Parts: sequence; C-alpha cells; structure tokens
Amino acid sequence: MLGKLTLSAVPYTNPIIMGAVGFSVICAAVIVGAITYNRKWDYLWKEWLTSVDHKRIGVMYVILALIMLLRGFSDAIMMRSQQAIAFGPNHGYLPPHHYDQVFSAHGTIMIFFMAMPFMAGLLNLVVPLQIGTRDVAFPFMNAVGLWLTVMAAMLVMVSLGVGEFSKAGWTGYPPLTELKYSPGVGVDYWIWAIQISGIGSLMTGINFLVTILKMRAPGMTLMRMPVFTWTALCTSILIILAFPVLTVTVGLLTLDRYVGTHFFTGGGGGDLMMYTNLFWVWGHPEVYLLVLPAFGVFSEVTATFSSKRLFGYTSMVMATVAITLLSFLVWLHHFFTMGASATVNAAFGISTMVIAVPTGVKIFNWLFTMYRGRVRFTTPILWTLGFIVTFTLGGMTGVVLAVPPADFVLHNSEFLIAHFHNMLIPGVLFGFLAGYTYWFPKAFGFQLDEAWGKRAFWLWLSGFYVAFMPLYVLGFEGMPRRMDHYNNPAWQPWLVIAAFGVVLIAAGIACQIAQLVVSIRDRRSVVDQTGDIWNGRTLEWAVASPPPVYNFARIPVVHDIDAFTDMKERGTAYVRPERYYPIHMPKNSSIPFVMGIFAFAFGFAMIWHIWWLAIVGFLVELGSLIVRASMEDVGYEIPAAEVERIESQRFRKLDGMGVTQRAGRRAAILQPQPGLAD
Amino acid sequence: MPLLDTAGPIGSAEKSLIFTAIGLMLVVAIPVFVLTAFIAWRYRASNGKATYAPKWSHSWKLECIVWGVPAVIIVILGHLVWTDTHALSPDKRLASSEKPITVDVVSLNWKWLFVYPRDHIATVNRLVLPANVPVDFHITSDTVLSAFFIPRLGSMIYAMPGMQTKLDLVADRTGAFTGRNYQFSGRGYSSMHFGVTVTSPAQYRAWVNKAQASKNVLDAAALRRLEAPSTAAPVVIYSSVEPHIFEHVIDSFTTAKVATPKSHAGSET
Repeated sequence: MLGKLTLSAVPYTNPIIMGAVGFSVICAAVIVGAITYNRKWDYLWKEWLTSVDHKRIGVMYVILALIMLLRGFSDAIMMRSQQAIAFGPNHGYLPPHHYDQVFSAHGTIMIFFMAMPFMAGLLNLVVPLQIGTRDVAFPFMNAVGLWLTVMAAMLVMVSLGVGEFSKAGWTGYPPLTELKYSPGVGVDYWIWAIQISGIGSLMTGINFLVTILKMRAPGMTLMRMPVFTWTALCTSILIILAFPVLTVTVGLLTLDRYVGTHFFTGGGGGDLMMYTNLFWVWGHPEVYLLVLPAFGVFSEVTATFSSKRLFGYTSMVMATVAITLLSFLVWLHHFFTMGASATVNAAFGISTMVIAVPTGVKIFNWLFTMYRGRVRFTTPILWTLGFIVTFTLGGMTGVVLAVPPADFVLHNSEFLIAHFHNMLIPGVLFGFLAGYTYWFPKAFGFQLDEAWGKRAFWLWLSGFYVAFMPLYVLGFEGMPRRMDHYNNPAWQPWLVIAAFGVVLIAAGIACQIAQLVVSIRDRRSVVDQTGDIWNGRTLEWAVASPPPVYNFARIPVVHDIDAFTDMKERGTAYVRPERYYPIHMPKNSSIPFVMGIFAFAFGFAMIWHIWWLAIVGFLVELGSLIVRASMEDVGYEIPAAEVERIESQRFRKLDGMGVTQRAGRRAAILQPQPGLAD
Repeated sequence: MPLLDTAGPIGSAEKSLIFTAIGLMLVVAIPVFVLTAFIAWRYRASNGKATYAPKWSHSWKLECIVWGVPAVIIVILGHLVWTDTHALSPDKRLASSEKPITVDVVSLNWKWLFVYPRDHIATVNRLVLPANVPVDFHITSDTVLSAFFIPRLGSMIYAMPGMQTKLDLVADRTGAFTGRNYQFSGRGYSSMHFGVTVTSPAQYRAWVNKAQASKNVLDAAALRRLEAPSTAAPVVIYSSVEPHIFEHVIDSFTTAKVATPKSHAGSET
C-alpha cells in the first residue's frame, strides 16, 4: 500500500533534522493560521492559486524563490559552520551522511528552486509589459509551469522529514547515484524534483519564446526590443535547447535505478562519461540562461538610473546572441581532468575563453552607459556596481580555470567553489535582486525601503568577499570541495574567516526581510502614483502600478528602443484615448494547481514505490490535459465600459498630480538632442 | 601552499601558467575597476558640473576597443592554451635520462591501492617514489568516479571504473607530501588521502627491498577484502602481488558485474 514508506523513514532521532522540520512546519502553520484567521482562503484561491495572470504568476515565482533562498542559505550556514570546526579530533556536528545531503540540497535548491523561479518570476512580471502585450502566449501552460515548479520544490522540502535527500551532490554523477552505491530514496527525491521542475522550466521557455516572437506591440521590431526582453528571448531559446537534454539524461539514470538498465553503471556496458557530458551539455547553457536575464536587468537599471540611453544597444544584442550560441560549445571544461586528448581539451579551453569577449563588451557598455549620465545611487544601481566589480573578478578566475593545465591543479578544489559563486552570486543573484527592487513598485504599487535595501546590499557585498576570497586561497592550499572533515591545520583559519562572511550575508538577508516588513508597513508613504516611479524608459512604466489585469487598455505603438522615453518626449505618454474597446482575457483555472498537486503525488509515489498512487497521479495529469483541451470557453470579455472605468480612475489620479499636463511640457523641453557620437 | 610550493616540473609549469593567465586578464580587469569607480563618482546625479548627454549611445572608437582589446588578449591566451595543453597533457611521456617506473593506482571505497608491477609489491594509502625519476601512473577505479591528485607534483586525473587513465609525473625534490581523492565519492571521501614520500633513488631501492620482505599477499581474496568499504584504512604493504591484478580490476567491470545491482554494504547505514 505505501511501497517502501514506513514510519522509520522519519529521522525523529536526529535533533538537527527534526529541528529544521519543526521550524518548517511551524512556519507553514503560522501562514495557514493567518490566512484562516483573516478569512483569506477564498481570496487566495480566486486571485492567486487559480490565477493565469502573468503578473500574479511572476509574483508567486519570486515568493517561491525567496523562500527557497532562505532554505538554500540555511544549508550554506551549516556547511560553513561545519567546515569551520571539523578539524582534527573535532568532527563537527554534521556526520557525513547528513553533511553530504546538505551540500547536495544546497546546490539543487539554489539552481533549480531559487535561481530558476526567480528568473521565471522576473520574466513573467516584466516581459509582457515591456513588449506591450496583454498576456503571455499560453497563460494556462504558464500556470502549469509554476505549480510544477512549486510542487517539485515541496518534494525537496518533504525529503527533509520523510526519508532523506541525495548524498551524491547536485550534479548527481553516476555511478555514485546508481542503485549499487546509493540504494536509499535520496537520489530519487533529487531525480523527481528536477524532472518535475524541469518540465515546468521547459514550459516557461516555450511560452516566452512564442510570446516574444509573436506578441510584440506594433512598431517593436526585434532591434527595438528592450535588452531585458532580448535576454529573455535568448534564455527561452537556451531553455528549449538545453532542458530536454537534462530530462533525458536524468531519465536514463532513472531507468538504471528503476528497471535495471546500464546506461551509466560502472559495469554492464554503462558509461559514466556519457552522463558527465550530457549533464554539462545542459549544465553550462543553464548557467548562461540564468546569467543572461540578470544582464538584462543590469542593462535596464543602468540606463534608467543614469537617465541616459543604453550605450551600444546593437553591441549588447550581438553579445547576448554570441553568448547564447557559444554556451553550447564549452561544456567539456567541467571535466578537463577526464583524460581527453590535449587537442580536445585545448579546443574547449579556447571556446570557453572566447565567451569572455562578449561578456567583457557588456561590462564596458554598462560603464559607458553611466558615462555622461546622471547616476542616481538607488539600491538597484548599487547591486549593479557591486556586480560589475565582483563579476569581473570572477571572470578572471574563470579564464584561469579555462586553461586546461591550470584546471588540472584547481579542479574540484575550493578555488572552483569560489569561482562559480563569484559568477553566480553577483551575476545571477545580484541581478535578480536588482530586478526585484527595480520592479517591485510595478508589481505592488509601492516602493521597497531604500535604507534597508542599501544596508542589505553592503552586507551582502562585504559578506561575499569575506566568505569567498578565503576559498580562493584554500584552492592554492590544495583543499578539495565537499569535505565534512579535514586534518590540515593550514585550512582552518581560512574556513573560520569564510564562516564569518556567512554571518555578514545572514545579516544582509535579515536586512532584506526587514526591508520587506518596513516597506509593507509604510506602503502608503512610498506609493507609486504614476506607474513611472523611476522615470523609466521602457513600456512597463507606461501602465499603472500595479497594472490592470489587461495591462494596456490600448496597445501602444512603438517608435524607439526606449519606447516610453520616446512617448514622454513626444507628449504621447499620458494621452487619454478617444474610446475604449472590450478586452478578451483568459479565465482563471483550477486545473494547473490540481496538476501541481498530482505531480507532487506522482513524484512522491515514484520515490517510495507506491505504484497505485503513481498511476493515479499520472492519469490525473493526462486527464487534466484532455479536459482542458476539450474546453471551449476558456476566456472572458472585459466590457469597454469597465475598461473605461478603470482607466478613468487612473487618469483622474494623473490629472490630480498634474502628470498629464507635465508630460506635454516635458516634451517641449526635452527636444531630441543631436547625437554626440564619436 | 602546495600549489605554489611545487615539487616537480609539471606543477611548476601549471603554477606559472595560472599567474600568466591572471596577469593577462588584469589588462582588462584593472581598467574595469578604475573606470567603475571613476565613472560612478564623476557622473553621480548630484554632480551638476559633469557633462550630461542623455542621447549619446554610440561610438565606433569605443566599440572597437571593447571588442578588440579583449579579443586580442583571448588570441594570446588561446595560443598559450593550445601549446601548453599539449605540452602538459597528463599522458605525455616526460623527457628524462632515467627509465620511468610504473605505478598502477586503484581507487577503492575509501582508500587507494598502489601496485608496483615491476617489483611485485603493492601498498594501501602510501606512495613511495624516487626523486627525479618519471613515474608512469596507470589509474582506474574499483568503485565510483574518483580523482587522483598530489597537489605539490601537479595534474589531477579522474579514476574511472572499467577504464584506465594515464598520468606522468616527476618529483624534482625529496620530501613528504599528501595526495588525495578530489572527486566526491560518498561517506568516506573526506578521509581518502594518502602519504607520498619522495626519496633518493638509493633509499627508494632500499624501501622496495624491504617491502618485498613483507608477508602480506595481494591475491583475489585480499582484493575482495579491500573492496569492502572502510574509512581511514591503515597503511598496508604487500610483497607478493598477483600478476595483472590492475587489469583484472578493469576487466571486472566489463565482464562479471552484470548481475542485478546489490546494495554495497556500508554505503547505506
């Protein structure tokens, strides 16, 4: 009836795990209690859980990402504190079987359940607004993707208290992940969590590729798309090309574990090198599909807060496309030490370095955007400046690792750990946090507190350097990654410093929580009245904050890269249209949420070999799709009068603030100036 | 620091390559650091004296520099990568007047077995090498993916089940070093290290002779005992080693082990 699942799967004798489980359960109970007390279940269900509105879905993705950031960071605290003390006779507080789960969960969570949802959230929130459309191409599929991702994350959370998580690292290299060496359910949790979320990610990729290619406002040619949209387009292409590789690779590993095939086993004709290659054929594009949207955020933020056009738009686009293509040609640099011929290693070393060129171009173009600008030092621009300096450093160490003989001595060492955190923390997280601060007022209609935001930034930045610079040194000290214990006295001082860095980062995260609390408390004093709180340049700032469900009452016509700046200058930004038309929008649906629940049931059942439940889960998924495909009435119409009512309300507010008139005046002042090129 | 205090030409060459790469990259990185600080300060919104050109967004001159200079650096680095990757390829025979010795390396859960086929001796978790004599390592794994690395000598390489990788190293000084597994391989990974002693050729010969007097026999039964997972295994020295034991370990993955996977005792507790 319950497969392999018995009561002994709950590690109730382990106080650390039970503490974590208890804390998670209490948090969940508090949230459920608060919703019940405030009688918000109905609101939650109607407005959020069944919503197909891309803005709502975006917000829910970001909430998931922030929660999982806390979970992944808790793992980081445990690793750093364990390594700070586990020297010589002291074995620390985490035995290997626990420590190994912690670092495996940290990597899996940060990549699949923090970075990916954060990225999907920003794409959802911003892209349709930036390209002047009312929704994504496939709103229903969008919601399915969200709930698959959320439920996959819940699988990882459940592994905390029911069974165990993988002890084989986030990359899941066989044969360690084969049944022979990992007979427990940990690897299965890892497998089904990334399989289910992987399908969700693929849906996001397909959705945004089609949305961006087919639904742009009239006049927005490809070369007039905002850079963030360009990076979203390239990321979608990368997702579509890369994620199926991961799905198939992990699928083959699943067959090895469930039906006894020998794709990657040590014996029986299995080839672990095949897995390593396939994994990184997905894995390296994965890094770039996370980094590119962050680059897009930096481009938007730099131009907006420098009150200036982005320098070298064409160059930026070319660099983005170049990175997209090159990202598929570098995967072998993850295993130069596998014994490939010198020619193969050298070729991949060079292809890796070539990526540094378009990336360097972007860095300089951001700097030249600020050059002759009027830089306002808001929180998003601080994240950007912190990124530029820190990411450049990480790029340097990346080029070092791209030299195969240098990698021969630095591979799998703490130097490698320092390097990729030096890319992903500034290059992905700082970017997403900049985007979070930048677009928060758009999503909610009020601004995040600047003082707490700046405190968070400085603590994060200094914490990053204190936590990761010692790891570069440890690389030269010959310390490998993933050690739960060591005997080398030279390592401990550096690990203690690194642990202190984690304390600083923890303080930074505390500031971010405080920022959220303070901002919500003071939400009436930092309201975004106009929808254009930063003097933005792109179309998302042309609508109210938060935008109405249909985004644009009338689809705008685009004449320039900085479409909204152009509208403001020509005095067409806040012009009330002569008449409104009815707007057709997709209806909310409970099917995506139900599919998420049953995807969770299916994954859980597969992990514990509860076959009947797996069959039920699978049939419900299939049935849901058939039911949905047979539905004809999936949309509704907002009458023109209702649109007019909502828009009139906004224009009354704008009139009251004098924005509508001011828009006309500004157009007179800011006549297009002759270019100062060359 | 083992990677800086190298004890062999391979490690030294790799060390200098790291610094060359960092040096070349600084040509780009330093301007970025300086420009970031300068531009952000100079063009701060409160500085009304700085030029403001909100429409300025293109310059052929700057575009050529930002594409050109990094490209030139990558061409130089690329050339360096090509030549040095070939020169430092792990399987490349080292030029030496001395005849190389062969050591077969087997990664086990969670210990290292070293077989000296010519002298019919073997050791667990202990490697003794003569200085200035090239060592021709043949490496495999009797368990999961592992990585063999002696930081002070240079060049890591994977140990893979059913396969053989090759690594040629030479120590140019005597001393006691540490080597270890650099690829996470399960519960006992952290303690999977071994001592390396590099001695003079004469002392090495004496050690071999002493080892050959050991009473321990490394046959199929002894290998099976070694295959049982254990951590922090003590140093053992074997005198009579069954011939081709290294090849047997490799072949065991391509022939016998097709049976249904069985739980490896100890990998799950």
